[in-house]
Amino acid sequence: MKSTEPFNKVAPALIFTYGNPSRGDDGLGPAMHELLEKNKQDSDDLDKVDLLTDYQLQIEHAIDLDHRECVLFIDASVSADAPYEFHQIQAERDNSYTTHAMSPVAVLDVYQQINQRKPPTSYMLTIRGYEFGLGQSLTEQAKTNLQQGYEFIKQLLVTDIEQWPEIRVSDDKDKK
Amino acid sequence: MSSDKITSQLETAKNPEDLERIVINPLTRVEGHGKVTLLQDENLNIKQARLHISEFRGFEKFIQGRPYWELPVLVQRLCGICPVSHHLAAAKATDMIVGATELTPTAEKIRRLMHFGQTLQSHALHFFHLCSPDLLFGFDDDVRHRNIIGVIEDSPEIAKQGVLLRKYGQEVIRITSGKRVHGTGAIPGGVNKNLSKKEIDYLKSDIEQIISWSQDAVTLIKRIFSEHYDYHMSFATIDSNMMSLIGNDGAFDIYHGGLRAKDEKGKIIFDHVDYTQYGDYIKEGVKNWSYMKFPFITSLGQDDGWYRVGPLARVNNCDFFTTPMAEKERKEFIETGKGLPVQSTLAFHWARLIEVLHCAEAIKELLNDSDITGKELLNKGELQSTGIGVIEAPRGTLFHHYEINDDGIVEKANLIVSTTNNNQAMNESIRQVASQYLDGNKLSEALLNQVEVAVRAYDPCLSCATHAMGKMPLQINLVNENDELIDRLEKRVTGEINRTV
Repeated sequence: MKSTEPFNKVAPALIFTYGNPSRGDDGLGPAMHELLEKNKQDSDDLDKVDLLTDYQLQIEHAIDLDHRECVLFIDASVSADAPYEFHQIQAERDNSYTTHAMSPVAVLDVYQQINQRKPPTSYMLTIRGYEFGLGQSLTEQAKTNLQQGYEFIKQLLVTDIEQWPEIRVSDDKDKK
Repeated sequence: MSSDKITSQLETAKNPEDLERIVINPLTRVEGHGKVTLLQDENLNIKQARLHISEFRGFEKFIQGRPYWELPVLVQRLCGICPVSHHLAAAKATDMIVGATELTPTAEKIRRLMHFGQTLQSHALHFFHLCSPDLLFGFDDDVRHRNIIGVIEDSPEIAKQGVLLRKYGQEVIRITSGKRVHGTGAIPGGVNKNLSKKEIDYLKSDIEQIISWSQDAVTLIKRIFSEHYDYHMSFATIDSNMMSLIGNDGAFDIYHGGLRAKDEKGKIIFDHVDYTQYGDYIKEGVKNWSYMKFPFITSLGQDDGWYRVGPLARVNNCDFFTTPMAEKERKEFIETGKGLPVQSTLAFHWARLIEVLHCAEAIKELLNDSDITGKELLNKGELQSTGIGVIEAPRGTLFHHYEINDDGIVEKANLIVSTTNNNQAMNESIRQVASQYLDGNKLSEALLNQVEVAVRAYDPCLSCATHAMGKMPLQINLVNENDELIDRLEKRVTGEINRTV
């Protein structure tokens, strides 16, 4: 289908953020998207990356993964260690089909099933959030975590993708 | 109503203190949190059945204090599932506020195109992702198999078509609203962009394929129904009133029109009612066990005036579809009612797919209409203090009602969302299933799933888009006869279950 192909050529790397900006710290994903967009023009590294955002993940997002070499999903988390967690993810059949929202690993699995090939190498950055009420803005702590997450992404972008699996979120005190 | 007599006695048990309370929570494959509570006695008879849904009341407060011109964008954040429905309902309400009694042809057609795209993608997700597993594999199938992965494994082409139909609808939304999310396409009095030739050609390139797949989907659901016809026609079936918007000429219309309500025999209760007068025809009842309201048709009262909205109501209520393939399917659908409205709850799926076909045909018509490239995008008139917008969202009739002050700030907001309109009907369907299938049996996952299947047919949107990873999205409560919590299980998005009491 032609209409599933993007207007413009896709970049090999995709950063996909998701969340509802009117749900307190659930807006961490979209806030990161804004931050990245804002700095995109001034950054040669960011310029090579496509940025997408949505309220939540769904089956059609498997199509956004087409022609990618690497995908980084970014979401808020109420259980991640502050300020963020980072790890590689694989296609997996989990229980997230139980609502209209899917997990990144389930989206990867849909990609694998409909294309009969492995999805792009994918990673998950979960940023710790605290309050998720309707109409709330980001908490101060979440804003701090967001900024630290952004610094981490900048570090990722100057690192060869093949070396990403070696990157560990350090537990040094400075970060926290 | 005959089924009401059968089932409403199960709403409140006479001696709940002697009963075991079984809570089915969450309802899988419906949005957000829902909880079904069944009270079962020592002989395993169902004595009480209730559907508890988190209410949307925080929404009105969220809106109050904001300027009216922000509403079409702001309200999209109420729900990550149907942001376009809220976007368009709010836009229609703000049309009224800015005194735009009519839209330009370009503005109206672009909004309609957006709405067809939204309905197409929403219905495609529901059928191919959430419900086809039930219908394709049967309700007794392994729960782990009855999901999109199961569909893909057994019918890879159907699953892929579902993904691509959904994606096509999303592309229509993106192009008409300007963005994938938080689109600003509809604004008070019109739209902020037309469509370029490049955009139209892009969408046209696949529309024939989309229509073909939509027709295949209708054929598939008819085959599924015919294979177990009696079962599908009787499962969770209730006799209900039905309400929807209707075009001036009686045509199926999901964007604009008057309100039409029919009773369970198909007799008109009211017709072509100006929706800005909805308060004279519909009231929102309350029950002491639920935070969600129970709307009813005022002239019939709360006991008999509840109704259904959504695809089943729309296809039953309309006189015709304006597009030929959908109209042909409507006639076949209506024939199954033998002169009466089709009341089968599972027929929601059939009606939903007829709507998908209509949306695909209507998108093609609009893509060939030169008005969508027009330059006149806005109309305005004298500012009004009240704005009421009503559309047929994928799940049913959606009301947005705002009152603003002299500074243009929203002082009062009232939203009646589709799922609220179907609240009583979903309860009735659950009671029907509970009395028909669970009574006297030991509970099993397959039997419990039948309750969920009944609710899923309505495609309820039970919550909104908070979904942060790790957040506890699912909860199982065990409460005693005094409604005291004595146990609770929480299920994480990973499937891990924790006891938290």
